[in-house]
Amino acid sequence: MSDHIPGNTPGGEPGRDRVPLPEDSMPTGGVNAPVPVAPEATPAVDPRLIVRQEGIKGYLAEFRRRVSSGELGSLPVVVALIVIWVVFGSLNSSFLSAQNLSNLSQQIVGTGMIALGVVFVLLLGEIDLSVAYVSGLCAALFAVLNVNNGVNQWVALLVALASGAAVGVIHGLFFAKVGVPAFVVTLAGNLGWNGLMLQVLGATGTVNLSGKDIVSRLYTTIYGQQIAAYGAAVIGIALFVIASLVDAARRKAAGVPYRPMTDIVVRTVVLAIIAFLAAYTLNQYKGLPLALLIFLIFIVVLDFVLRRTTYGRKVFALGGNIEGARRAGIDVAWIRISVFSICSTMAAVGGLFLAAQIQSASQTSGGGNLLMNSIAAAVIGGTSLFGGRGKTWSALLGALVIGSIQSGMNIEGLSNAIQFMITGAVLLAAVVVDSLARRTQRAAGRA
Amino acid sequence: MAGETVLALRGVSKRFGAVQALTDIELEVHAGEVVALVGDNGAGKSTLVKAIAGVHQPDEGVIEWQGRPVTIHRPQDAQQLGIATVYQDLALCDNLDVVANLFLGREIRRLGILDEVAMEKRSRGLLDTLSIRIPSVRIPVASLSGGQRQVVAIARALIGSPKVVMLDEPTAALGVEQTAQVLDLVERLREQDHGVILISHNMADVMAVADTVAVLRLGRNNGVFDKRYTNQEEIISAITGATDNAVTRRRARGQEGSQ
Ligand SMILES: Nc1ncnc2c1ncn2[C@@H]1O[C@H](COP(=O)(O)OP(=O)(O)OP(=O)(O)O)[C@@H](O)[C@H]1O
Ligand SMILES: [Mg+2]
Repeated sequence: MSDHIPGNTPGGEPGRDRVPLPEDSMPTGGVNAPVPVAPEATPAVDPRLIVRQEGIKGYLAEFRRRVSSGELGSLPVVVALIVIWVVFGSLNSSFLSAQNLSNLSQQIVGTGMIALGVVFVLLLGEIDLSVAYVSGLCAALFAVLNVNNGVNQWVALLVALASGAAVGVIHGLFFAKVGVPAFVVTLAGNLGWNGLMLQVLGATGTVNLSGKDIVSRLYTTIYGQQIAAYGAAVIGIALFVIASLVDAARRKAAGVPYRPMTDIVVRTVVLAIIAFLAAYTLNQYKGLPLALLIFLIFIVVLDFVLRRTTYGRKVFALGGNIEGARRAGIDVAWIRISVFSICSTMAAVGGLFLAAQIQSASQTSGGGNLLMNSIAAAVIGGTSLFGGRGKTWSALLGALVIGSIQSGMNIEGLSNAIQFMITGAVLLAAVVVDSLARRTQRAAGRA
Repeated sequence: MAGETVLALRGVSKRFGAVQALTDIELEVHAGEVVALVGDNGAGKSTLVKAIAGVHQPDEGVIEWQGRPVTIHRPQDAQQLGIATVYQDLALCDNLDVVANLFLGREIRRLGILDEVAMEKRSRGLLDTLSIRIPSVRIPVASLSGGQRQVVAIARALIGSPKVVMLDEPTAALGVEQTAQVLDLVERLREQDHGVILISHNMADVMAVADTVAVLRLGRNNGVFDKRYTNQEEIISAITGATDNAVTRRRARGQEGSQ
């Protein structure tokens, strides 16, 4: 889409190691072929295609075209985030302080991790309404095993995560094999897993973490050395640059469109500004929180899985056309079950971070507006409710928006009542944007 | 001209609730043969193709592959045998780009990772030979025209190395030039000893490329004609059922016998 097109590429070369295919030979002029067409006579590129020019002007033109055809991507959420920060920052200067932003970066991890799993389910065009209590259940399992029963912390952690995966498999089996609609299965799960969580917690109802266990340390560890945050930023940028350059070089060598140098430079500069600003802010306070680092690593790894592996390709295919995916030979049931399993596992991860945040697993774990917030985070971040469109990065952006609203309202001393209404309005706005974008995409022939 | 029998259907029936879509269908496809499957709307052509492709399971009857009976439970099974299908509804994923659709289910990988460069290069070559202009192989297929989508679906059938290619109304949405290219393609497939099942409502196309014309009527066989000894009128009357009588059947038999 935004690829630079260097010119017509010669077509019709045979691929590597395979038997000759029909398309390898030239057209032989069949009975009904009054128009002999040599491959080089047909440009692979439609002259009517709007190709982006290089440079800033090209960017602006491309940007205008994208907005008008409904390909908004993460634009609305970035705008929303800026507005929220400007508003709260002007209301109270402590909102944009290094301390508040650092805390925010830690507080969003729990919800963000759950939202990351929700992104997968949304990509299928389905929904998981059980994530909040699954997160509570897995946190309770860890706390009870580790604190009450003295089980080794690593074993307890493993059991908690495996339980999350198993819960997802159960949801997936009912959905994919029995054919119960996902929202009903997970709604039943929402209630059932809440009950199991209460059962696990037992009579006392609250289990306090020791504070020295692995889960607590994963959340509370903050790397104070300046080098940690800056180093992470440098590594991230370096990986991005290397990946971009290698990709461009391979594409150039193969004669397919590649990203021009200016493009790579612009993207790198933007990324570097964001990364170093974040690192600088974190270093102004305590340093780089381990929880944030883990969250970012999860996002990058799962992004890779979705965009660069056959598994991810199958997930998107299912979100686009289930029957088409099935006819392409994709094992639909297996993909569905595994996606629900990923979602519940990520809910478990999020639940552990949330437990570490309050240093306990209790009867209120997974309650309140956690479910709404996790799903809202994924949707606000730009993952479509209609399936087949989305990125893992939407979990970060959406969690940031929701976290910022909460944090800003807390600073202003506003009540939960107002917070709920505002978060609800933002969610509605996100869904409206999603629906409108879909409609515009249809009109512009992109959905 | 035609080689060994690659695909054969023996007494295949398929029911959908109260609709008996197919009854006792017999069909043979040889290597290097183009079989045109014709019939009125609702005659059961697409259902037959889907039964062979593993989308629907036949209720009765046997599908033979290279002389041996096979069971095709899932689309994967048909693909593994070497049957490629272009469906009437195309079955493309609108949210994926052209390259992703072409290689869906058999992506090229390098070190376990999708090799987008190799796939893109191959896609361009493939689409060029079908002489279709596509704005970019990296846009979602949703933004392509009906004919462009159809060419993508046809190209997709050629990605593997199929032994039998089934094309369900492949030229319905195509322009003059693209239709010619598809017909050329069908002939190239025949030259390379592939079996082809071609469904079309366009009699001129059918007469141009088919070796054998199999007529379906109301879910039943209504004659198999050798292209060399038949004409358009005879096929049309078989399709409409106007001359469905002992005389025409005798004539068809007699022509087959005199080969
Ligand atoms: N999935 C289904 N469920 C129920 N009935 C079906 C289904 N698919 C096809 N049919 C019925 O089977 C019959 C044959 O349909 P089919 O699609 O095979 O026709 P066709 O010959 O391909 O027609 P056309 O030329 O219009 O494409 C029709 O009566 C149709 O209503
Ligand atoms: Mg049909």
